[in-house]
Amino acid sequence: MFSEVVVKMIAQGVVDTLYMTLVSSALAYVIGLPLGIALVITDKNGLGPQPVVNQILGVIINLLRSVPFLILLITLIPVTRAIVGTSLGPTATIVPLVIASAPFVARLVESSIKEVDKGVIEAAQSMGASPFQIVWKVMLPEARPSLLVGAAIAVTTILSYSALAGIVGGGGLGDIAIRYGYYRYQTNIMLVTVALLVIIVQILQEIGMRLAKIGDKRI
Amino acid sequence: MSDLEPIIRIEGLGKSFPTSGGVVKVLDDISLEIRRGEIFGIIGMSGAGKSTLVRCINFLEQPTTGAIYFDGRDLSRLSLPELYRVRRSMGMIFQQFNLLMQRNALQNVCFPLEIAGVKKAEAAEKAKKLLDLVGLPDKAKAYPSQLSGGQRQRVAIARALATDPQVLLCDEATSALDPSTTRGVLELLRDINRRLGVTIVVITHEMGVIEGICRRVAIIDEHRIAEIGNVDEVFLRPKSAAAKRMFYPDGMQTDSFKGNRRCRIVFDGNSSFQPVIADMVLKFHRTVNIIFADTKDIDGRAFGQIVIQLPETDDVADKMLEYLRSQGLTAEEVREHVQ
Repeated sequence: MFSEVVVKMIAQGVVDTLYMTLVSSALAYVIGLPLGIALVITDKNGLGPQPVVNQILGVIINLLRSVPFLILLITLIPVTRAIVGTSLGPTATIVPLVIASAPFVARLVESSIKEVDKGVIEAAQSMGASPFQIVWKVMLPEARPSLLVGAAIAVTTILSYSALAGIVGGGGLGDIAIRYGYYRYQTNIMLVTVALLVIIVQILQEIGMRLAKIGDKRI
Repeated sequence: MSDLEPIIRIEGLGKSFPTSGGVVKVLDDISLEIRRGEIFGIIGMSGAGKSTLVRCINFLEQPTTGAIYFDGRDLSRLSLPELYRVRRSMGMIFQQFNLLMQRNALQNVCFPLEIAGVKKAEAAEKAKKLLDLVGLPDKAKAYPSQLSGGQRQRVAIARALATDPQVLLCDEATSALDPSTTRGVLELLRDINRRLGVTIVVITHEMGVIEGICRRVAIIDEHRIAEIGNVDEVFLRPKSAAAKRMFYPDGMQTDSFKGNRRCRIVFDGNSSFQPVIADMVLKFHRTVNIIFADTKDIDGRAFGQIVIQLPETDDVADKMLEYLRSQGLTAEEVREHVQ
C-alpha cells in the first residue's frame, strides 16, 4: 500500500512523536512539579502561607495556560531559535511544548497534592516533621496514585500538542499528517498517522492508569 | 525538672480565629496542670474548643494569649527545630487515625522514627516491638485499608509511641469506634499508662471514656473551664451547670415524666451490687419507676447512676430519699429539667 520511503517516514514520525512527547513531559515535570508543590505550600492554608507569592504564581500559570498553544508556538519561534538554533524539527518543538505544558502540569500536581488528607499532614506535624519532610515523605508518596493519573493526562495532552506543532514544521506524526494528508490530499497517509496517534495515546494512558493502580494501597 | 513540676502547664490560654464574620474566640482563659504519669480527661460538647486546646498543647495551633509549658519549658520561646524535638516527646492520636494510606502498618510505625533520623533497621526493629505491644504482631505487612477501625487506631497508637514520648495526646481517639472496640482501645491506653508511665491526655465528648480511664477531668464549656477535679468527685457532686448537663442522662431532659419528683442516685462503689432499690420498694411498699440506669465496674470499683421517679406522695418520697442517703449513697432530687 505504501512505498518503503513512506513507511520509513511514518516510522520516523512515530519515533519523533514519542521523543518530543516524552522529553517534553519529563522537562514539564521538572518545572511543573516544584511549581505545583510551591502552589500548595504557599496557599493560605498551606504549610508556609505566602499569599502574595501564591497569587503571582497563580496569575503567571493562568496567563500561560490561557494562551492558545498555536499562538504560543508561533510567538516562541525566536526563543526556540535562541535556545535550540532552529525552530524546525522535534527538538525545537520541545521548547514551546515545555513552556505550554509546565503550567498545566503544575495545576495537575497541585490538585493531586491537595487531595492528601489534611489529618495525615497534621499527624506528621505532630511528630515534629519539618515542612520539607512533609512534602517529601507525606504529600508526594500519599498523592502518588493521583500524581500518576495526572501524569497520564499530561503526557497524552502533550502528545496532542506535539501533533499541532506540525503546522510550523515541528516534526513527528502530526507534521506528516498535515503535510501529506492535509496539504497533499493523501488521505490514506493521514488516516494511518491519526490511527497511530490514537494507538499511542491509548497505550500511554493505559500505562499511566496501570501504574497508578498497582501503586495504590488504598484499594 | 523536678517530679513535682507538672508535665504540662497551661496558663491563661486564649485562642481566637479571625473569620470573615469577625474574630471568633475558641478558648478563653484556660489554666490547668497535667501531672506526670496521670490520665487526664478533657470533656466538652462539640464546638466547646477542646480540639483546639489539645492542638495548643503541642503547638499545632499557636495560642493567641497565655502560655504552654511542657516539662517546664515555655513552648512559645522555642526555635522551630527545638519545637520539632519537643513534639517528638508528645505523641498524638486522632479520631480518624490519620495513618499514611500508602504505607503498611510497620512502615507507619517507622515513620516518626524516619522523621527523627533513626536508622532504618533500628526503626523497623522498634516498630515490630510496638506492634506487639498494641496487640498486632501479625499485621505488620497490612495496609491501613486492610485493617478495621480498632486495628487502625492501634497502629496509630504504636506510631505515636515510637519516639518514646512522655505524653500521649488523644483527640477523640475512640469517637469513630464502636463500644466494644472503644473498650479495647481504652484498655490499651490504660495499660500503656501503667507499663510505660506515659502521661495521657484524653479529649472526648463521651462521659464513658472519662469514667473508663481518667483520674482527673476538666470540663470545657463555652470556651472556658467549667469545672476541674477528680473524676469521681466531679461525677458524684457536679457543681457547674455544664458538668450537670454532661453527667445527667438524657432521660432527665425529656418531658415525658412531667409533674413527678425524680431522684438521681450515684453509686460510689460500695453498694452498687446491693439490691438497694428493691430493698427500698419492699420497705415502703411503694413502687418507683426506674427512668435511667447505668452502672459498671471501673478500675475495681463500681461506678454509675440510676435515676428513679419517686412516688407522688411527698412524705413517702422524702422518706425514700432519706433511706437512700442512710445507705451511704449520694441521692439528690432533680426537679427542674437540666438543660
